[in-house]
Amino acid sequence: MNRVVITGFGAYSCLGRNVEEIKQSLYTGKSGIGFDPERKAMGFRSAYTGMLEKPNLKGMLDRRMRIGLAEQGEYAYLSTYEALQMAKMEQDFREANEVGILYGNDSSARATIEAIDKIREKQDTTLLGSGSVFQSMNSTVTMNLATIFKLKGINFTVSGACASGSHAIGMGYILIKHGWQQAVVCGGAQEVNPYAMGSFDALGTFSVREGDARLASRPFDKGRDGLVPSGGAATVIIESYEHAVKRGAPILAEIIGYGFSSNGGHISQPNVDGPVRAIEMSIKDAAIETGKIDYINAHATSTPVGDMYEAKALDTVFGASRPLISSTKSMTGHECWMAGASEIVYSLLMMQNSFVAPNINFENPDEDSAKLNIATKTTEKAINTFLSNSFGFGGTNSSLIVQKISN
Amino acid sequence: MNKEEVIKKVNQFMVEEFEVEEAKIKPDAILKDTLELDSLDYVDLVVVIENNFGFKVKGEDFIHINTFEDFYTYILEKVADKQLK
Repeated sequence: MNRVVITGFGAYSCLGRNVEEIKQSLYTGKSGIGFDPERKAMGFRSAYTGMLEKPNLKGMLDRRMRIGLAEQGEYAYLSTYEALQMAKMEQDFREANEVGILYGNDSSARATIEAIDKIREKQDTTLLGSGSVFQSMNSTVTMNLATIFKLKGINFTVSGACASGSHAIGMGYILIKHGWQQAVVCGGAQEVNPYAMGSFDALGTFSVREGDARLASRPFDKGRDGLVPSGGAATVIIESYEHAVKRGAPILAEIIGYGFSSNGGHISQPNVDGPVRAIEMSIKDAAIETGKIDYINAHATSTPVGDMYEAKALDTVFGASRPLISSTKSMTGHECWMAGASEIVYSLLMMQNSFVAPNINFENPDEDSAKLNIATKTTEKAINTFLSNSFGFGGTNSSLIVQKISN
Repeated sequence: MNKEEVIKKVNQFMVEEFEVEEAKIKPDAILKDTLELDSLDYVDLVVVIENNFGFKVKGEDFIHINTFEDFYTYILEKVADKQLK
């Protein structure tokens, strides 16, 4: 079995356009949430969203490469560019070796809806242009990035609802661990626009808390009333340890455990058993005691029911060791398909800089969150090992464990 | 629309949409080579022509268009046809 290491990472989110900006936001507990008047005008229950600057890739990519990229693909291009730079994995190397890509993505709503609107208006499909199909497909991120970055290994998209990004990393980990791939670009991307979130808003799961948008996302807090949708993209470059050593890559951390499960129950309502099984599977895979986990980046999205079940699951597994826990969704909102990857990046930044980012807006615990050791403020702490949870519709669960590198 | 206007408009979208260097646009330059067109780019050329001149190009029409001059002439004829109708 191969050891699986992380040699580069990057992100583009409502906390910053690169990992340096994001590190500052995490440390200072800065919220990236704002109010979107377009959603209000469209009749959304909730107009809160993560606020991202639209990237301008003109000058970075030629026309052919740009026109196939949907919004989330643009974010993913930037996060992957940053990650590959950090990993010192240049194009010459990528063209000569089988580097794969597995990326989480579960919609491309804006591109799809805009195309259909145009067909209805013009009664003619040719006027969509050549980029539309490559923007609209669910595999839009992997098909574009594999082309742009000249990737020659495994190449497909992982769609696992709000656990997509985490499962993408988990799948890459399995492939490398078993020797089927030596290096894989993994990550998750999420479009940020009303079209992608209208049907989600319809379920009544978004926060409608009046007042300051920055206070709307409040995972584990007794007064939470729903999540805030958000997005962007995050990338991690993972490789076998031997491969990374051989090419002289910076070895930043090691993935030591991956666990997954399905609830086999309700389509949207989670439970305790499914997450517990995923967490326990990752711990078994990592072959460590629960007490070795220094920090948990919780999935907790700020919904009343979801956070309650995760709190119960965390207490079930970690009730004795009580590691520090925070949900960075308190600052980012729920980054959905991207979240499982971005929260690995956020946790890596904490590990590298020895702090735990705060679970902002956690003012009053409820019966279940009171049992957890939640970081309400930025906490200086050496993190040797962390666990990151991601759960999604349909009862899909994923847990990843990452450790500081030891030679 | 006269020829000068057609040339100005075509050259403008060649630079803005297809990112062709202005200096490379000459009447006798080969359209396909200058734009480095592949089969997907022709799809986009159809869209740009529709948006700028209001008519839809048939794929087979491109067979007879070799140089930029051919392209200007073709558009001028199509625009004139359209105006007559």
